[in-house]
Amino acid sequence: MSSEFLSIVALRKAISSGQVSPADAVRAVAAAADKVDGSVQGYLSMDVESALAEAENVDTSLPLGGVPIAIKDVINVEGQPCGCASQILKGYRAPYNATVIDRLRAAGAIPLGRTNMDEFAMGSSTENSSVQKTSNPWSLDRIPGGSSGGSAAVVAAGEAIAALGSDTGGSIRQPAALCGCVGLKPSYGRVSRYGLVAFASSLDQIGPMTHTVEDSALILNAIAGRDRMDSTSMDHEVPDFTAGLNGDLKGMRLGLPKEYFIDGIDPQVLEAVHRAVKECESLGAEIVEVSLPNTEHAVAVYYILATAEASSNLARFDGVRYGHRAENPSNLLDHYGRTRQEGFGPEVKRRIILGTYVLSSGYYDAYYLRAQKVRTLIRRDFQSVFENVDALVCPTTPTPAFRMGEKTSDPLQMYLADIFTIAANLAGICGISVPCGFANEGGSQLPIGLQFMAKSMDESTLLRVAHAYEQSTDWHRQRPANFGF
Amino acid sequence: MESIARPVWRWLDFAGGFAEIYPLMSSSHLDVRYTAQLARLDLTDDEIATFQSQLSQVLEYVDQLKQVDVDGIDPSPYSDAEFNVVRLDEIRPSLTHEQAIANAPQKANNLVMVTKVIE
Repeated sequence: MSSEFLSIVALRKAISSGQVSPADAVRAVAAAADKVDGSVQGYLSMDVESALAEAENVDTSLPLGGVPIAIKDVINVEGQPCGCASQILKGYRAPYNATVIDRLRAAGAIPLGRTNMDEFAMGSSTENSSVQKTSNPWSLDRIPGGSSGGSAAVVAAGEAIAALGSDTGGSIRQPAALCGCVGLKPSYGRVSRYGLVAFASSLDQIGPMTHTVEDSALILNAIAGRDRMDSTSMDHEVPDFTAGLNGDLKGMRLGLPKEYFIDGIDPQVLEAVHRAVKECESLGAEIVEVSLPNTEHAVAVYYILATAEASSNLARFDGVRYGHRAENPSNLLDHYGRTRQEGFGPEVKRRIILGTYVLSSGYYDAYYLRAQKVRTLIRRDFQSVFENVDALVCPTTPTPAFRMGEKTSDPLQMYLADIFTIAANLAGICGISVPCGFANEGGSQLPIGLQFMAKSMDESTLLRVAHAYEQSTDWHRQRPANFGF
Repeated sequence: MESIARPVWRWLDFAGGFAEIYPLMSSSHLDVRYTAQLARLDLTDDEIATFQSQLSQVLEYVDQLKQVDVDGIDPSPYSDAEFNVVRLDEIRPSLTHEQAIANAPQKANNLVMVTKVIE
């Protein structure tokens, strides 16, 4: 199987015409991983045998018939490990399927491979994985972004056709930008969270990470929609998200939020984004400057609300029903205290402490409640801007991929890597990152991501804009030296 | 609010020395040892010292929210969510007994073993 099939659209054509079988596709992904994952280390495990068995029975007439898809280690696939890259879930095997997995399979896709991540999706570099370090395929001594760094790396390194990630504050878009692939965070409530191990329940959302925008639309077609198992999934019409992908931006109004173009952005990132905005203009879009005045508070709001929700969600890891349990506890408090000490890594502990503190008696109003109120202001900023523009365009990240170890000792610096992606989660809107150029640093070519955002449940517009831009450029066709196919 | 805005963004190319930006703010009453007890999480003395210093920095950073006028603003526990979603109270397929306890760290007689609760 040649690298020309390395997108869902291309692979589907080859499968439909009988040129390639689903089993060929599974074997090709496994071979690509064999070739390149020794250096990229994006996969935690890959059960090729069961995927091949699945490939034998798959209905190739379905929209994703025979397409292998890599799954972030935070999404349950029955019978497979689901460890969230944490020692506290070492050896855990999922007893049921996440709704997205049932839906992908109903569309003919084959889950193949578990991808590395920051432990419990807490991080921006995948360095918080307790299992292994994943490298950026463009420069192996640099981070792939996070927390869905494994998913981004295996797509960018040509060892996956597509992947699922999860995005709580940018965990799909930021690694997609840093690795040079497409990453879509759907609107809150668009995709069921059932079977996604919860980090911050009011912010988490599952989404695709792909080689092209059209591929993301195809996956969203399969996984979107109301699910009775997730009461926050919304009963909203699911259109065919590929329908509007016509390459045209005539009549579209794109907003440039001035708070996303500020001092401190890497000059090469800024230049690439400005060039991309000009490209959108030449495709017919009208560009208007807009303001989201509460953007400056987004990181602060996020690190209160996300840690508060995490401290509550992670209380379930108590060493009783599943996961790691400390040996020979002297009493129940010793059992809990040591189980969690031994099972959680430093960043998870840090966030549990912060979240517990902001929820604790005497501090709840000052931190948690106040942050929820500022969240309302951030939501209103977006609501009023979207009365005047169809979508927003800005950088996905302030810098290209940084070196491993560069920010690990300074949590606040690491948190600020998500500065442009966090507000979308707080407001519940959708966002996507597409490749828009390269920065040259220390002799390495490092991908740069362009972020579009659109109002809640308007993924059709978001994908149409992102697709039109993508198709007018060549950036998404560039490949790193570490490439599996 | 403008005066708060600029220092925040300056963090993008700023590596340390937070006190230089907010010299007068010291919000942190955070007691890591006590909070860890609330979270049922044992920490080493080294972890306590490290988290105390790192999280004090983070708390100073989030103190910017105290400058925001939130009078009369409703909180948003969710961005957009339908509230009071109910479902039919009906029997549906669920995990078998074996599936439910398959991941338990200690088992005996097809039950989950737990640490003694009553002394």
